[in-house]
Amino acid sequence: MLELVNFYLIPGLVLGAIYALAAVGVSLIYGVMRFANFAHGDLMTFGAYAALFFVAGFGISPWAALPLAILATIPVALAADRAFFQPLRRSAPAVLLISSFGVALMIRAVVYLAYGPSPESYTRGFTPPVFLGEIRFQLRHLYILAGALLVAFAVHLLLAHTRAGRAMRAMADDPDLARVTGVPVAGVIRLTWAVAAALAAIAGVFLAIDTELTPMLGFNVLLAAFAGAILGGIGRPWGAALGGLILGLAEELSSYPWLGEGPLLEPTYKAGVAFAVLVLVLIFRPQGLFRGVG
Amino acid sequence: MSLLQARGVVGGYGEADILNGVDLTVAPGQVVVIIGANGAGKSTAMKAIAGLVRVRLGSITFDGADITNRPAEEMVGRGLAYVPQERNVFASLTVEENLRMGAYVRPSATALGLERAYATFPDLVGKRRAAAGSLSGGQRQMVAVGRALMLAPKLVMLDEPTAGLSPKFCNLIFHRVRAIAAQGIAVLMVEQNARPALAIADRGVVLAMGRNRFEDAGTAVAANPEIGRMFLGG
Amino acid sequence: MEPALLYLATMLTLAGIYACLALGLNLQWGLTGLMNFGPLGFLAVGAYTAAILTAPASAQHMGGFGWPWYAAWPLAALAGALLALPIGAIALRLRADYLAIATIGIAEIIRLAVRNEDWLTGGPLGISGIPRPFEALGSPLGEFAFLGLVAACVAGLYMMAEATARSPFGRVLRAIREDEEAAKAVGKNPGAFRLAAFMLGAACMGLAGAMMAGFFKFMGPDALDPVVATFLVWVMLIAGGSGNNRGAILGAIAIWGIWAASDFLAAQLPPELATRAAYVRLFLIGLALQLILLYRPQGLLGERPGR
Repeated sequence: MLELVNFYLIPGLVLGAIYALAAVGVSLIYGVMRFANFAHGDLMTFGAYAALFFVAGFGISPWAALPLAILATIPVALAADRAFFQPLRRSAPAVLLISSFGVALMIRAVVYLAYGPSPESYTRGFTPPVFLGEIRFQLRHLYILAGALLVAFAVHLLLAHTRAGRAMRAMADDPDLARVTGVPVAGVIRLTWAVAAALAAIAGVFLAIDTELTPMLGFNVLLAAFAGAILGGIGRPWGAALGGLILGLAEELSSYPWLGEGPLLEPTYKAGVAFAVLVLVLIFRPQGLFRGVG
Repeated sequence: MSLLQARGVVGGYGEADILNGVDLTVAPGQVVVIIGANGAGKSTAMKAIAGLVRVRLGSITFDGADITNRPAEEMVGRGLAYVPQERNVFASLTVEENLRMGAYVRPSATALGLERAYATFPDLVGKRRAAAGSLSGGQRQMVAVGRALMLAPKLVMLDEPTAGLSPKFCNLIFHRVRAIAAQGIAVLMVEQNARPALAIADRGVVLAMGRNRFEDAGTAVAANPEIGRMFLGG
Repeated sequence: MEPALLYLATMLTLAGIYACLALGLNLQWGLTGLMNFGPLGFLAVGAYTAAILTAPASAQHMGGFGWPWYAAWPLAALAGALLALPIGAIALRLRADYLAIATIGIAEIIRLAVRNEDWLTGGPLGISGIPRPFEALGSPLGEFAFLGLVAACVAGLYMMAEATARSPFGRVLRAIREDEEAAKAVGKNPGAFRLAAFMLGAACMGLAGAMMAGFFKFMGPDALDPVVATFLVWVMLIAGGSGNNRGAILGAIAIWGIWAASDFLAAQLPPELATRAAYVRLFLIGLALQLILLYRPQGLLGERPGR
């Protein structure tokens, strides 16, 4: 039982929190702009490396570098939107998706150019775990969970209780109706990019704190982010947060020896859990837990 | 001095024109009803005024300003509100959030607008926290009209406000339309439910093939035998 | 003289293999509007099918069947189509972008499986010693003959794709792409038609995989890079003109030419700069895609009007 909590449940919660942040980002973009942004994973990577730049440059902790990383990532998303996505806004969603794939590669190429392919990390050395009775965990895991909760709460406040947040949700429900209601569509889209980029940067830095930095960091979890968003109902940020959390837990719990001695699923196939969940959702409940946008 | 004036409007989606020269005039506080067969361009004419359909030829002026092909998001601020047919509420937003969206461009007017909306549609008070998507068709229509009235517009355009509603709700809506006009808000309305709509209208306009076919006082249109035969089902 | 000719033959062979991938993607995206972001998965399945069937026996992986290439390659194409069947059956009835996400997923799963199922694929070590058709002819004749075989495959797939596009089947596919509701109204089942097109395109990719395995005489997980096996194919098709089979081939040759030429140029640089040049190239190919989408969305040739 303790083993389950210490080695599967806590890591699952941490991974789930990170997936939740990533899934909320892709879901927001999908809701407001109606396209699957394949560059979201690489925005995460960019955020993580931006934090590394400040960590290495000023000798600060990754937590202190996080706000700077957010500030560095937002302009990247806004610039990509201005240069590439905005002129294609009236094209089919497929064209935007292809374009975002190209943006993903461009961001990744910049990261490769700056830091090369070898893994990096914010801190060196081993940090001993903390014990709370029999429960053992890493302090950074606690910080990541607390941070994710705080961010989720902030996003909730924005969406539920501000004029701009209502406008974002209104756009997700019906873009034309939002326009005739007087919502300045261009401004809301810019705001959505800023929020999504901030979420990407946070998720990227958290993931890099939990594991390590590689130029494929974000792309490797893109599938999980989309699976979480679709599980929650695409375009529904609260659903995406729940979907991401479920996915992270499922991924870690899948290698627990539920039946017999060995792990239920070989840990090397952990990344396949996202795909399995995606397939199951697409078969049995394609609209997601909360009905997604049309 | 007319509030809304459309002259010789030609336009549509993509290559094909749906409107082939539509003229419309609405005076302040007037109720004008547009009728016509399916595909006559009734809804498209409204969308052209709202800035959702491109106007290729002709002009539209509102309250003394040229609004031809101006962006749709500008219209509310000018005092021109529009309630589309069917998908006319934000389904995942609550009733109150929907109403608040009506005052998006002037948040300071929200409190007064909410008060007025709930006074006009008391049924909505008990539903203020319900998601608009969970409401019945008639209640949705109230939310949509309430939202359009939030900023006390000079003109509100209603695209088939009674489509799919029970006769009881139809009467309620038509009754409210008169009450709205009594406050000095002009109403431009597209209606399939032509006879009762014309009965409360100051003017009736008949469109056919994207052109004006006939225009007169509301009751006169309803009384016209030829129009009655062609558009009002005998 | 001869090394230059041999180099040219190598480049053309690879361009031809890419042309098969691009033709497959054109059947899916260009003709039918299906977004497949996992050509890599279908290519890998075809490549490993051919590799296992033709490679000599080894303790590292399944094999030793000793099939000739002409028996193994059709099976590789079939393997690609079979992989497309379940994923298509699930995702095709849903909105277009779900297929894109699902195919990215399938490509990742295949990559995981290839790396981890040592008994089947040799794991990270891969499968080596895959016989290349006509290598018994010696160099350079064997290479030229192989190029001829690839060219014949490209020509065959081109004719198949053209015939498909012109057939009643192809007209229905275009109709579904343009207006699904209208196609339904005239009694066509869009799901079945799309699935058939998806599988046909996947078969082309499986065949391309078999050619690739034969060409390199080796297949391993490192040969399966999403950038090279998926993204480049998309750039080729969009650059050439999606919806146009000649465009797919032209795009494959042109983009592969640029890709290989930049490799050649980068190789002249000092090693430190050479790796960086590869990243610059990645950036530029991403940028090129954006510029095509913005300024010439119809590609070099554009879609030919349907007949």
